[in-house]
Amino acid sequence: MLAEGINPNATALPATSPAQDHRLRMVNRTMQLYRNEPHGLIETLHTVQESFGYLEEPILRYVAAALQVPLSRVYAVATFYHSFTLRPPGEHTCVICRGTACYIGGSGQILDRIKEKVGIATGETTADGKVSLLEARCLGSCGLAPAGVFDGEVTGKLSPEKVLEKIGRWQHHDPEH
Amino acid sequence: MTLNIEDLQQIARIEKSKKDGFQHRINVCLAAGCLSCGSGLIKEALEKEVTRRGLDSWCKITGVGCLGLCAEGPLLSLPTSGSYYQGVQVSDVPEILDSLNGSPVARLVCPAETPFFQRQVRIVTENCGRIDPERIEEYIAEDGYAGLYQALTQMTPQEIIDQVSGSGLRGRGGAGYPTGLKWMSMAKAMGSTKFIICNGDEGDPGAFMDRSVLESDPHRVIEGMVIAGYATGANQGFIYVRAEYPLAVKRLRLALSQAERMGMIGNNIFNTSFHFNLQVRLGAGAFVCGEETALIASIEGRMGRPRPRPPFPVEFGLWDHPTMINNVETLANIAPIIRRGSQWFAGIGTEKSKGTKVFALAGKVVNTGLIEIPMGTSLRDIVFAIGGGIPQGGRFKAVQTGGPSGGCIPEQFLDMPVDYDSLAQVGSIMGSGGMIVMDASSCMVDVARFFMEFCMSESCGKCVPCRVGTRQIYDILGKITASRATMAEFTMLEDLCDLIKNTSLCGLGQSAPNPVLTTLKYFRDEYLAHIHDRQCLAGACKKAEEVL
Repeated sequence: MLAEGINPNATALPATSPAQDHRLRMVNRTMQLYRNEPHGLIETLHTVQESFGYLEEPILRYVAAALQVPLSRVYAVATFYHSFTLRPPGEHTCVICRGTACYIGGSGQILDRIKEKVGIATGETTADGKVSLLEARCLGSCGLAPAGVFDGEVTGKLSPEKVLEKIGRWQHHDPEH
Repeated sequence: MTLNIEDLQQIARIEKSKKDGFQHRINVCLAAGCLSCGSGLIKEALEKEVTRRGLDSWCKITGVGCLGLCAEGPLLSLPTSGSYYQGVQVSDVPEILDSLNGSPVARLVCPAETPFFQRQVRIVTENCGRIDPERIEEYIAEDGYAGLYQALTQMTPQEIIDQVSGSGLRGRGGAGYPTGLKWMSMAKAMGSTKFIICNGDEGDPGAFMDRSVLESDPHRVIEGMVIAGYATGANQGFIYVRAEYPLAVKRLRLALSQAERMGMIGNNIFNTSFHFNLQVRLGAGAFVCGEETALIASIEGRMGRPRPRPPFPVEFGLWDHPTMINNVETLANIAPIIRRGSQWFAGIGTEKSKGTKVFALAGKVVNTGLIEIPMGTSLRDIVFAIGGGIPQGGRFKAVQTGGPSGGCIPEQFLDMPVDYDSLAQVGSIMGSGGMIVMDASSCMVDVARFFMEFCMSESCGKCVPCRVGTRQIYDILGKITASRATMAEFTMLEDLCDLIKNTSLCGLGQSAPNPVLTTLKYFRDEYLAHIHDRQCLAGACKKAEEVL
């Protein structure tokens, strides 16, 4: 759907709620930091993802217009880099590192077990929208292989059991986690 | 605010006397590895307990960068007594403080007399684990920015380049191009606008040297960049860091604002006419962006796709201006070279590879972590003496250097000195410094397949050999590991490797077959066993019928 042409008049802000206004302000701030020049695109997309959780189409259109970059290029950049996602994430995210040390340490088995028990593969979110599973190329925490990131917190020396337990708690509303 | 040398010395003096004012100091490792084992909580608990006991003026708790031995985290070091603690828990805090005046807590002591600590020679990581990376004053107290001062006020750009050339420093990003030569061609490049880029896109899986340096001693990299700018006539720099390293980015940004406030970057640095601006740019998760031209495209806000070279970035780089790209570790070596002279640096290492190299030791080895050793140290010393050997009495099989662009080095080369040329001779590369040890439980075909999967999904898709070839190799390797491949496919695998190596556009494709080529060379029997005997010698791969 994004492959369609650009609306040259799409400079106006998308219709937003007050909460969204705040998030848009963050995006505007980043763009202004780069004086709305095209080279600020990647930094801007980082801010969009931080503020909105993912790269929503209306925002991509907005960014394209504001930085005067063709929408096709915004889409190309958004899909070229692994850090960006065009789909809304689940409530919690579990990132499993697939770096060499983690691979040797058994991260493949962890992913297999998640798929088997929780039913999601990399890039997917559970049907209840609770948990998203992602893979990282290398977290640089090779000394602690296999490692993962649970809602932003790096955890090392994982085992399939530990990971499944964590995901299980997320799915069952354990208030402590 | 512009400082002169007296100001610098004054800051250093105050900082040192402050440090000496404490009877005891406890350094808590706050690098990513230990942080993820909860070292932040330990630092908090130590501070609280010290305050509760009213010992604030007696014992100082400092958060420091990487102490090296990531496997045993969280780590503490007590510089006053020279001892280390490992695997510390919050509940150990009172006992640690109780023991400060007596003998150390025996069950927590991490032996510091081991080769892991003794065999290292620290240049790049000399401040790692010793200073608080979030305070510029501590860096200054360790001679920080003295090299920059010397360079700007007492040396001409040519003299600096001569020092760098004379030191024999070679690019630490992997290829080992002489840094002095690069600086020289940059200095000669025509144009009034020139850029310096620090390549911190440490994409090799299994490598975390740059992350540790940026997290533990960010000012060292900044100092190296400003010196590089002065020597080559550039006034604008970018530090390109992976977005996957949030802590490094945070500390780098903090360091930049401190350096700016003190006038080490900006206008009229140290009251000279030299000005230099520096920005941090985030990557977004693309391995290919470690390639120079792709990195430039990424900073320009485009897809990170390489273009043919020449023209090289030194002539035609960022926004078509002359641009010089140096690796984090290369730049971290600059300030010590200026301070201590090229002869000192050239006295370390081997004939053609000078200085030290930082390695990230990981995989099936007891002491995983960050090490810095003189060039020319043998692989055996690295794996068995410093690394402590293979855990659980396992048998050494191979060591992988250089990540997806490197190769697997078998047992027969264990006594080989580690330097650029020896590694190239056996078909691997120095790479940025990832070193993964494998034991008998790893199937080498499967390892080759792992790296090929990496190259396949990281291929930018611009040139056909890399985009299509890596896929074909990956598929054949998949068939071999599943014991479904024929000898014809095995021959095709070898042809494909040759083709991709020789026809790809950039380094990613050209080096992608390396893991396959080295395993074919040294572990050919494992390939053949999968094909002829339908069995995996390491017992790691499932046969086709088991998979189905």
